[in-house]
Amino acid sequence: MTSTTAEMRPPRSEVGVIGWLRKNLFSSPTNALLTVIGIWLIWTVVSNVVDWALLHATWEGEDGKACSREGAGACWPFIQAKFSQFMYGRYPEPQRWRVDLTYVLAVIGLVPLMIPRFPGKLVNTLYMIVIFPIAAFLLLSGGYFGLPYIPTELWGGLLVTLVVASVGIAGAFPLGIMLALGRRSRMPIVRWVSVGFIELVRGVPLITVLFMASVMLPLFLPEGMTIDKLLRALIMVALFAAAYLAEVIRGGLQAIPRGQFEAADALGLTYAQKMGLIVLPQALKLVIPGIVNTFIGLFKDTSLVLIIGIFDLLGIVQLNQTDSKWFSHATAMTGYVFAGLFFWIFCFGMSRYSLFIERRLAASDRR
Amino acid sequence: MTATTNRPAPGPITPPAKPNLLYRPEFRQAVYQVLLVVCLLFAFGTIAHNVADNLARQNIASGFGFWNRTSGFDISQSLIPYSNQSTYGQAFWAGLLNTLLVAVIGIVFATVLGFLVGIGRLSSNWLIARICGAYVELLRNVPLLLQLFFWYFAVLKNLPGPRQSIALPFGASLNVRGLYLPAPVPEPGFGAVLTALGIGIVLSIAVAIWARRRQRATGERFPVLWTTLALVLLLPGAVYIALGQPLSFQYPVLRGFNFQGGIAVLPELMALLVGLSTYTASFIAEIVRAGIAGVPRGQREAANALGLSSGLTMRLVILPQALRIIIPPLTSQYLNLTKNSSLAVAIGYPDFVSVFTGTVLNQTGQAVEVILLTMLVFLTISLITSAFMNWFNKHIALVER
Repeated sequence: MTSTTAEMRPPRSEVGVIGWLRKNLFSSPTNALLTVIGIWLIWTVVSNVVDWALLHATWEGEDGKACSREGAGACWPFIQAKFSQFMYGRYPEPQRWRVDLTYVLAVIGLVPLMIPRFPGKLVNTLYMIVIFPIAAFLLLSGGYFGLPYIPTELWGGLLVTLVVASVGIAGAFPLGIMLALGRRSRMPIVRWVSVGFIELVRGVPLITVLFMASVMLPLFLPEGMTIDKLLRALIMVALFAAAYLAEVIRGGLQAIPRGQFEAADALGLTYAQKMGLIVLPQALKLVIPGIVNTFIGLFKDTSLVLIIGIFDLLGIVQLNQTDSKWFSHATAMTGYVFAGLFFWIFCFGMSRYSLFIERRLAASDRR
Repeated sequence: MTATTNRPAPGPITPPAKPNLLYRPEFRQAVYQVLLVVCLLFAFGTIAHNVADNLARQNIASGFGFWNRTSGFDISQSLIPYSNQSTYGQAFWAGLLNTLLVAVIGIVFATVLGFLVGIGRLSSNWLIARICGAYVELLRNVPLLLQLFFWYFAVLKNLPGPRQSIALPFGASLNVRGLYLPAPVPEPGFGAVLTALGIGIVLSIAVAIWARRRQRATGERFPVLWTTLALVLLLPGAVYIALGQPLSFQYPVLRGFNFQGGIAVLPELMALLVGLSTYTASFIAEIVRAGIAGVPRGQREAANALGLSSGLTMRLVILPQALRIIIPPLTSQYLNLTKNSSLAVAIGYPDFVSVFTGTVLNQTGQAVEVILLTMLVFLTISLITSAFMNWFNKHIALVER
């Protein structure tokens, strides 16, 4: 008697594909309607994208005429012809191995740093914050060891995007920590200065800061002294990012229990030891996701440098739209889709990494 | 008892030796702060000196004398009367109003879209949740400037010319010169409709206050939403029909090479609005999702146990609590949208930064004054927005014991 109930299976409509469909897509009339609308939406978008990017796309051609026929989709030869410009800008062709070598050096340092299980984090970090920047500067700029000097006006494309973003965050980091500590300081003047700087910078758009870099910084300097345009933008981007980073780090500092500060004081540690050995390691670990988010924002904001005439990836794409040889209605869209894909891969990758770290941190807290 | 006897005999208490001045925290803090002030003063002094030097060499007089001089340039869209005979001061206001216009409309669009997508991401419908997720991940990982370029140069600039323009419902049409909407023209008697609308709004606010008091006192609910809708829509509607529809529309008509009449929306403004609001909506959607997910599950279960329908659960239990989590980050998104509207300069929409920090600065060379005013304007906007949102936040915050 008891065995009959055990052998009974759930009704067909509740398990398997049909059960899943009933539960997740057609659970009520409203949901069924939404599902139909959703399918229609996906179909419209996917079919148009496939049409544009594959079926009606132009694959071969020497100039814009090939892409100008009626109803033409993407103009891929444009990307093919301009690809190296998008990557390196006007960096002289025989010297481009230097850029590639810099990328390789960066990957060698970054990959083991990002994998938590990899040993030797201290050596790795030292490499990334001391050896790599010097090597990258010598390689990219040149002028030493027989490498010809390449002025920054010739840099461009993805190279500039990556340089602005990485120098920006590297410069913003120490300054951001100082500002965050300053905002929580017991010394009133230090606190006011930090608060003033942070709120002023966070209150204005990056564009005005960049305008300032291009029109006001030259005024600040004594006569005859000039700063490289790219360097000016780098300084401003770093200052801008520092204000945002300071607020993220302050959040971490506030989350550290009072007992940690008091214990450090009781041990007789100095302020620098207390912060450097006890508080900051815990605070920074807490806000890694916030730091990565700031970095994603900064990475996207690098595209603004084109407004003051520095050609990053988007700037180069935008510049090449005006090339009359490649004039066609499809050129602009193709260029933006290409640049957008690049930015998307970088930003999406970083946001997934931040999620991964977040889960890992949550796991370590869940004992 | 024995412990007390073992104590040393009470005698004059010797005060602890005064520590060296260098080891006293107050002294050190004072020294650090004085050093900081000296450094800052030195830096600002040097900068001021250099600026004065450089300006003198370029023969630029500092001060706001340029404010009342004739600007000599045109602005393609202005909410106040403006021509190239107007002053720089008027250019300032024209640009500022254009920025505020974009910010206000953009905030409304972004909020509506963001809430829809954010709630959609939590939908029990698998497909809708995925579509909303894809929207968020696609838009927030691409730079806003690139999206603006996309909308402006790749989409709107590729529309057909005025003669082949795309006809939209209600007599609107879209072409490469912009969006042309029919313009409402009030006729005599329309004032009465507006008065009716005003009365409707006042009455519905009164009803809402009365309904809340009654609910506090007796626990009975009153259908405020339906009453409000009836008062705000039906009352002016009835007056409108009773007076013989005193409102006509002026439709845009193709004359020669362009459309005449109606309301013309510049393509720059359209690109900016579409780009800003879809981009910001992706961030708002995440905030809304996090806010709703942040309400404890017990609240939903308790509401279900009380027999509330899913709509009432959302409206009376989940959203009021979620809003507490949502409002602060939402405020910073509104501020971001306002600040991001300055990207207008890249696609040629005459916003504040483009007109004032761009053109006026270039023409007058008054870099210091112009940049200072720009910062002041953005700081003021930030402060006003956050003050309003803080007030709103306090208003909706749960009153705890």
